[in-house]
Amino acid sequence: MSGLSFILAGMLAAATPFLLAALGELVVERAGVLNLGIEGIMALGAVLAFIVVYHGGGHVAAFGLAALSGVVLALVFGWLALGLRANQVAVGLAVGILGQGLSSLIGNSYESLTITGIPKLALPGLSALPVVGGLFVQDAVVWLTLAATAAIWAMFRFSRLGLILRAVGENPHAARAIGYPVIRLRLWAVMFGGAMSGLAGAYAATVYTPLWADGMIAGRGWIALALVVFGTWLTGRIFFGALLFGAVSLASLVAQTENWAVPSQLLSALPYIVTIVVLGIITSNKRLLKVNGVASLGEPFGP
Amino acid sequence: MTKAYGQVVANDAIDLTVGRNSIHAILGENGAGKSTLMKLIYGVESPDAGEVLWDGQPVTLSSPAEARRLGIGMVFQHFSLFETLSVVENISLIVPGKKADLAARIRALGQDFGLDVDPFADVHSLSVGERQRVEIIRCLMTEPKLLILDEPTSVLPPQAVGLLFDTLRRLRDRGVSILFISHKLDEIQSLCDHATILRGGRVTGNVDPRQHDAHDLARMMIGRDMPPPLHADPLPVGDIRLELSALDHQPDDPFALGLSGVNLRLHAGEILGIAGISGNGQGELARLISGETRLSPARRDDIRLMGRGVAHLDPAARRALGFAFVPEERLGRGAVPEMSLADNSLLTAHPLGLLKRGLIDRRAEATFTAACIRDFDVRTSGPEAEAGALSGGNLQKFIMGREILLKPQVLFVAQPTWGVDIGAATAIRQRLVQMRNEGVAVLVISEELEELFEICDRIQVLHKGHLSPSLDARTTKAEEIGRWMIGAAGVPA
Ligand SMILES: Nc1ncnc2c1ncn2[C@@H]1O[C@H](COP(=O)(O)OP(=O)(O)OP(=O)(O)O)[C@@H](O)[C@H]1O
Ligand SMILES: [Mg+2]
Repeated sequence: MSGLSFILAGMLAAATPFLLAALGELVVERAGVLNLGIEGIMALGAVLAFIVVYHGGGHVAAFGLAALSGVVLALVFGWLALGLRANQVAVGLAVGILGQGLSSLIGNSYESLTITGIPKLALPGLSALPVVGGLFVQDAVVWLTLAATAAIWAMFRFSRLGLILRAVGENPHAARAIGYPVIRLRLWAVMFGGAMSGLAGAYAATVYTPLWADGMIAGRGWIALALVVFGTWLTGRIFFGALLFGAVSLASLVAQTENWAVPSQLLSALPYIVTIVVLGIITSNKRLLKVNGVASLGEPFGP
Repeated sequence: MTKAYGQVVANDAIDLTVGRNSIHAILGENGAGKSTLMKLIYGVESPDAGEVLWDGQPVTLSSPAEARRLGIGMVFQHFSLFETLSVVENISLIVPGKKADLAARIRALGQDFGLDVDPFADVHSLSVGERQRVEIIRCLMTEPKLLILDEPTSVLPPQAVGLLFDTLRRLRDRGVSILFISHKLDEIQSLCDHATILRGGRVTGNVDPRQHDAHDLARMMIGRDMPPPLHADPLPVGDIRLELSALDHQPDDPFALGLSGVNLRLHAGEILGIAGISGNGQGELARLISGETRLSPARRDDIRLMGRGVAHLDPAARRALGFAFVPEERLGRGAVPEMSLADNSLLTAHPLGLLKRGLIDRRAEATFTAACIRDFDVRTSGPEAEAGALSGGNLQKFIMGREILLKPQVLFVAQPTWGVDIGAATAIRQRLVQMRNEGVAVLVISEELEELFEICDRIQVLHKGHLSPSLDARTTKAEEIGRWMIGAAGVPA
């Protein structure tokens, strides 16, 4: 398999954990809340999902439990940050650390065990194409994530719900003045974000690399957060950013196996560098930031 | 109804009865509790005590949605629009329907009532006046039975005020009751058939405003006699302090109106007024003069301040030359709503010894703020109050005071008395005239012609980004200014 077709075949799956978590965080931030706990929520989802699959519970139940654990951690965050109006940054970090700690504790006796992933589904016809064919052979979660991306894009673009979330994120006081239950809407958004992060963790530990190792989330949650900001809170850009990140990580693998004369540390850092540079360039448009930025992001709100 | 915010009893056992087919005025000074009462009626705030009867039935107004269901609509004093959404999206947040249908209804209503606005424009690109139009349209689209308008005319141009009043009268004739708040007594007398007067959170009178003259009403409101207006006597003027020559500017924002060929000369010891309907380039002109928009160093002489080319300098550098500025938007530009008044003082008054070796001198900061609060009669709990918690008029008094205390050489004020009660408005205008008499060069942007005629020596009119030649405020008639305002002049009648 050539390097190019390897990258094309693998980049969607590589992007999926980032994309799932970033889509969740997009909804949260659009509603005006900053949840920095993604990394830990992903870790907890990952270990729980791994354990369910390991004991033969199957992938559906595994993803379900991971989403549920994400919602529970998100509720802890929501109760402190929205209910008690604590500082969102501090609470987010604390919840993230809690998630990470719980994942190490729960996963202690599963360290380095492996499981089997899920089969890939090929799109008939397209998957037989030369070079790009691999792009159309993906597992079910990838296909569902692509569908979720489109759904979230359409929600912000066309639906009333998307409009309401944007309004709540821009000016919670005005939203309250015209009668929207700001706190309740934000709580729903936070719960959705938690569920998505849980799913992202589950995908990383049971499908993408079906094994458990403490710390295996390895900063994916933080990258997802960065994608949301650099993607200027636009679904399409976040998708593009996740894909770019996935593609460049695979490219650096290709480069390492083909023994290019580049230090491997640089190659490992490459995905981060490329993503930051490319999205940084996109973000330099001030007008876009002004129009798409979330005005009340991270501010505590109370009646 | 009773409502207290912490120590402040904003509404103290208020009784109010609004009849059918009535336009009912609520009168009172800044901070008297008018907006609070309206928020109780619209369900934004819940009362500490008291009850509401709607068509004779007791109701609980637990949320604005509840109030809207009963048929209560409200236009807010501090706008409740979302800047990153378009006009039609804003409206669709409370009015059900498809965007295309809503846009058509917005256009139709705009035509009917002279409230023209592009349904697909983003709100952040609209002027204050245009935003208010959007709020009014949004409210009318819910077809209310009781319409609450909190200072709707404070930023509307005179023509639009007339049209709005026609609209309100038509609505009244169709059986809509209207609660109307304004600080302009002549408006209340021409429009309203009933007035409830508030002072310090209590009702101090229920009158028919047509039976009383403005003087009486003002006395009931402020509890003492009004000071007579101080007209500016002609004085010899001094040197040129601020000069704009043939200034052209096209802002980055594709929606905003550019300025072309703007000539303006402001001398020491005079007040120059910029009249015009908002949205004709006032915002951009203000940003250019204040330094929020900067030009390239090559064009430094397009704007000259104190004899120096300053078009490339930032606001702080211009302030260092003796320039002070009161922007049109109080919350967000003039003051930071989340910060205390004391910290807000610091923003521009730091050169007055509020810093000690680069650190904040809290004592000096508090002293300055207390002086500002006292001298400008700002009603608030003290220097530690959050700027955002002040009533609209009181915040304006505070910002005006802060800038005046800087003792500037050039004072630039946009909409000096927007939303300020008449007692305080008179005081602010007197203060401006007094500064002029002391040799300060004063530039005022205002939509209120009467105000400009009262205090200005000269008036120039801004229309579609063009500034008219200078007109003598003492000899020019209001009609002529009016013609310049709608672009029909250039040829004096
Ligand atoms: N959210 C709040 N928190 C604390 N105090 C408040 C709040 N809203 C209003 N107040 C206080 O309640 C009093 C009444 O305010 P209100 O806004 O009703 O006055 P107003 O009559 O509408 O004045 P204006 O003419 O300036 O608009 C003021 O003293 C104000 O500072
Ligand atoms: Mg008010």
